[in-house]
Amino acid sequence: MAHPNRWEPKIVAFLCNWCSYAGADLAGTSRIQYPPNVRIIRVPCSGRVNPFFILSSLQKGVDGVLVSGCHPGECHYLTGNYSARRKFALLKGLLEFAGIEEGRVQFSWVSASEGVRFAKLIQKVTNEVKALGPAKRLVKTPPQGVLHAAAHR
Amino acid sequence: MQQLTDEIREAARTLLREKKVDVVIGFERGSLPFRRRPCFVRKEEDAERLVWDGWCENTLATYLPRRKEKAAIVAKGCDSRAVVELIKEKQVPRDQVLVIGVPCQGMIDRAQVEASIASGRLKQSEDGPEFQETARRSGLLLDCCKTCTHPNPVLCDVPVGERLPEKRQDAFADIEAFNALKPEERWAYLNREVEKCIRCYACRNACPLCYCPECFVDASLPQWVGKSVDASDTMIFHLMRAYHLAGRCVACGACERACPMGVDLGKLNRMLLKEVKDLFGYEAGLGLDQKSPLATFRPDDPESFMVNP
Repeated sequence: MAHPNRWEPKIVAFLCNWCSYAGADLAGTSRIQYPPNVRIIRVPCSGRVNPFFILSSLQKGVDGVLVSGCHPGECHYLTGNYSARRKFALLKGLLEFAGIEEGRVQFSWVSASEGVRFAKLIQKVTNEVKALGPAKRLVKTPPQGVLHAAAHR
Repeated sequence: MQQLTDEIREAARTLLREKKVDVVIGFERGSLPFRRRPCFVRKEEDAERLVWDGWCENTLATYLPRRKEKAAIVAKGCDSRAVVELIKEKQVPRDQVLVIGVPCQGMIDRAQVEASIASGRLKQSEDGPEFQETARRSGLLLDCCKTCTHPNPVLCDVPVGERLPEKRQDAFADIEAFNALKPEERWAYLNREVEKCIRCYACRNACPLCYCPECFVDASLPQWVGKSVDASDTMIFHLMRAYHLAGRCVACGACERACPMGVDLGKLNRMLLKEVKDLFGYEAGLGLDQKSPLATFRPDDPESFMVNP
C-alpha cells in the first residue's frame, strides 16, 4: 500500500479491449506486481480514444494519461491503431508545444500476450509521472462551493 | 491593381452573361478605409462593384459551404487551397464552384498601417475623402502573407493576371524559436494569450474549414468543453480548435484577423502546420487527389513518441 501521507499520482489508462486490456488482465492473472496508481478504462480500440478524453482527464486533475492499443498490424479492426498513431503524434506534439510536461500524456502498444510488458509499462509511466509531480497545468479549479462539497464527501 | 480589377470584372461579367454561375463572390469597396468587404454579384451590370487591391484579406471560401446556387469565387492562393480542401471534404461539389484565380502579392496589415499613420512614420496626404499612401507593401504585409509559400491559386478555372514566382519554403523560424523556450515559459505565454479570449468564436466562424453544423464548443451532449471562464476551458477550446484543423488549415490567417482580442492564434496553427509537414510530408490544399493526413496512414508512420518499456 502507498503511504497514506505521501502524494501518489493518479494515472488514467485507456486500454483497447482486444490487446492492451487483455495484456493488463494477463499481468493480473499472472500475479505480476505493478504500481496501483493506474485506473484502467476499457475502450473498443485505441482509435476510439477521442483527444477530448485525454484533455478532459487532465482537466479533472489526473496526473498522467496513458493510451495503449494493439501493436501496428495487429488491430482487431485492422487499421484503428494506425489512425490513432497519427492522431496521437499530433496531439502529443501539440500538448508539449503548449507547455504540458513531456511524460504527462503517453502512448504505447501492448499485446494480449504481453503481461510482463504491461507491468513494465505501468512501472515506467508511474515513475515518470511521479518525477513530474502533481499536474497543475490545464487542471480546472472548481468553483468554491463545489470544492467545499467535495471535501465533505 | 486596376488591371486585375478590370480583369476580374470582365471575368464576372462573362460568367454571369453566359449563365455559367448564379453568383460571383468577390470584394467591393466598403464605407471604411483600408477595408474591402465581401460582395455577392448576381447581375452582370453589378460586376462594376468588384475591386481588387491590397485590402482584400478576407477568406471568401468561407461563403461556399451550404450554398445552394452555383458560385464563382475570386480566390487568392490561400482561398483556392481552402476551396480544394472543401471539395475534398465533400462540402462543396466541384461542379458547383468556379475559381477566378488571382495571384496574390500578399495583403496589407491594416493594424500596422494604422499604427504607422498614428506614429507619423507613414506619410499621408489627404486627397478628397481618401488617403494617398506611400509605403513599401512588403514591409506592411500580414504575418500569414509573409510566410505564405503558395501565392498562386492552386485550383483555377478562370485565371486572372500574371502568375507570380513561387516563394521559398517556410522555415517556421518563429515556431522553432518558441519551441526553444522552456515548457513553463511556453505555457505562461499561451495562457496570457488565451486569457484575452472572450469565447466569441469569431475565429471559428471566419475559418473556411470550420463548417461543422454543430461545433464541439456548442455540443452539450456530451459537453466537450466547459462553458465557464476557467482558464483551462478556454485553453482546451484553443488547443482543440487548432487540433481540429491539423492537416486542413490552409494558413489563410482568417482566424487571427477575426479575433477582436488579438489572441495569437497563429502559434498553435503554425505549430501543427509544421508538424503535419514534418511527420507526414503534407501541406493542405495543394491537390484534389491528396489524401488528408488524418484520413489515411502509412504502416511506417513515425512512432518515436511512443513509450517502449
